[in-house]
Amino acid sequence: MYACLCGSGDLVALAREFSPVVEATAPGVVTLHAAGLERLFGPAQDVAAAMARRAAELGLQANLALAANADAAICAARGFAGIGIVPEGDEAKYLGTLPLALLAPSPELGETLARWGIRRFRDLAALPPLGIAERLGAEGLRLRTLARGESDRKLVPIEMPEDFAEELDPEYPIVLLEPLAFLLASLVNGLALRLATRALATDELRLRLALENRAAHERTLRLPVPTLDTRALLKLLQLDLAAHPPEAGIVGIRMEMHPEKPRAAQSGLFVLASPEPVKLEVTLARIRALVGEGHVGSPELLDTHRPGAFRMAEEEPLPDGRGSVPSRDRQGAVLQLKPKPLVLRVFRPPREARVALAAGQPSFVVAEGVRGNVVERSGPWRTSGDWWTNDPWSRDEWDIALGDGGLYRLYCEPRGWFLEGCYD
Amino acid sequence: MGAAGILKKQFEEVLGGPLEWQDRHAPELVRSGLPEVDAAMGGIPRGCLTEITGPASSGRTSLLVSILATASAGGEACALVDAEDAFDPLSAAASGVHLDKLLWVRCGHHAEHALKAADLLIQGGGFGVVAMDLGDTPPANARRISLTSWFRLRRAVEHTPTVLLTVARESNAKTCASLILECARREVSWRGGPLAGARLLEAIRVEVARRKPAREVRAHVRLPVR
Repeated sequence: MYACLCGSGDLVALAREFSPVVEATAPGVVTLHAAGLERLFGPAQDVAAAMARRAAELGLQANLALAANADAAICAARGFAGIGIVPEGDEAKYLGTLPLALLAPSPELGETLARWGIRRFRDLAALPPLGIAERLGAEGLRLRTLARGESDRKLVPIEMPEDFAEELDPEYPIVLLEPLAFLLASLVNGLALRLATRALATDELRLRLALENRAAHERTLRLPVPTLDTRALLKLLQLDLAAHPPEAGIVGIRMEMHPEKPRAAQSGLFVLASPEPVKLEVTLARIRALVGEGHVGSPELLDTHRPGAFRMAEEEPLPDGRGSVPSRDRQGAVLQLKPKPLVLRVFRPPREARVALAAGQPSFVVAEGVRGNVVERSGPWRTSGDWWTNDPWSRDEWDIALGDGGLYRLYCEPRGWFLEGCYD
Repeated sequence: MGAAGILKKQFEEVLGGPLEWQDRHAPELVRSGLPEVDAAMGGIPRGCLTEITGPASSGRTSLLVSILATASAGGEACALVDAEDAFDPLSAAASGVHLDKLLWVRCGHHAEHALKAADLLIQGGGFGVVAMDLGDTPPANARRISLTSWFRLRRAVEHTPTVLLTVARESNAKTCASLILECARREVSWRGGPLAGARLLEAIRVEVARRKPAREVRAHVRLPVR
């Protein structure tokens, strides 16, 4: 059974009070799936009365019609004032008096039907379908079906914004992560199930813990791709809470997942393998727990001449391998044409050095793990920059070879001498 | 006839026919990016542990970075576990490493952390190259890594398309390594006169020798200064 409301005001809100499947058919016309309401309110008349009563309470002016199919209900609500119930099986008879203009035929079709003297539903409903198909085509047949009240289409429901959040109040304050993990698991599983039933996933998980000291501990996990992998989500939460534990016992938990459509990806035969994003996120979380925040990521060079300037990019490299990947042979050929330069191994922090000079040039160097006569040198190479800022730099650099054969980069700045690294 | 031959003959007698020993598939080799090394060694095997050893200024880091550059240029994800925080992104970018394809784990002078991180990355899967740089780790510390740990790494990378590399002063993985490349500095080229500011470090010439498998193969590589 379907119901249609035709009028003004917030008809969608009224319809939602009676059914989760609501279609905004046209401006001022709302259709809802009313099957099952008879078990709640009784026969169709009582359902219609209940809806009319609620509309009156909300101050809405609307025609209401109930029918076995959606289009018959729409036509009745548009054509008849007040409340109407279209009897099942007698739709054509009930709708017969309505003007044909209600079906909004195309101008050419409307003109043709007018010339034939067909002005009401019953006139069109009485015509033979084969003749209509021959003369008016598919559009004519569609109008005849509507006029007879025999349409059988499905509603296109309005998507309802949903709040994927759940709360839980433990019976006693939780101070250890292990019992908390059990509660988090139930919340994660529940929310993931709700998302899964709507074919959704999540790319952000927000956790709010109410603490005994009336403070709140909030954590947000952002995922590189939407997922419903509950084990991965739970592991990420555990690692995050282990790294950022709450400062007092937990008396309330609220978890919220941001709904997102799952990522559809198709692998190719010739696409290179790459780390699975959610698995990589868990792996990186484990490594971060080991080596500390800010020590894992992709290096990114900065637009400056300052030596050793780089930053760790916040987002991890997620080479998904899609797109045109250059063939290994061709790429290898291109790379091999260009000779590979000598690479510097950097000492972090730079090793403080004691340097003996001869004729203004380094002749002997002592630093942590390095000691020897300078047998060859190249320099000084003077560089400076950022003198227009509060953090200027300037230094004289040498490339030096020591007696043991080691090649180093040595520099002198106002603070003293330092070994920057070793050519390797 | 050796012991293996005698055993094989005995097995064949018991089984009543010649025994076809199942050969291990030869691993796929990837290019190192240094033509001389590729020509001599064939490449670096996937699914195996490869050790690059040598003292400071022997070109071992340049070889490592060259492998990373080749893999990342081919679109593969690479990971560098840097035990001593010695990686220089500027040099690497100049060598052709696509930094956006490189995951850099800075272990802050903890070799144990490096080992665990490398293990996690291999278990996670999907990387074309996972490299562990122990180049500045004191040999005494590197030797403390048990053979069991190396064996675990070797088993983890087996049957995967990942190239597992380690760089150290000397070989630590021993029997667990499928390929050991030893780098040695042979010659340093300087250019220009002896006056200050007129002399330039031009290049170094290094020798890369294969120590395992046993058949000795050598390659000579010239590494110019950028």
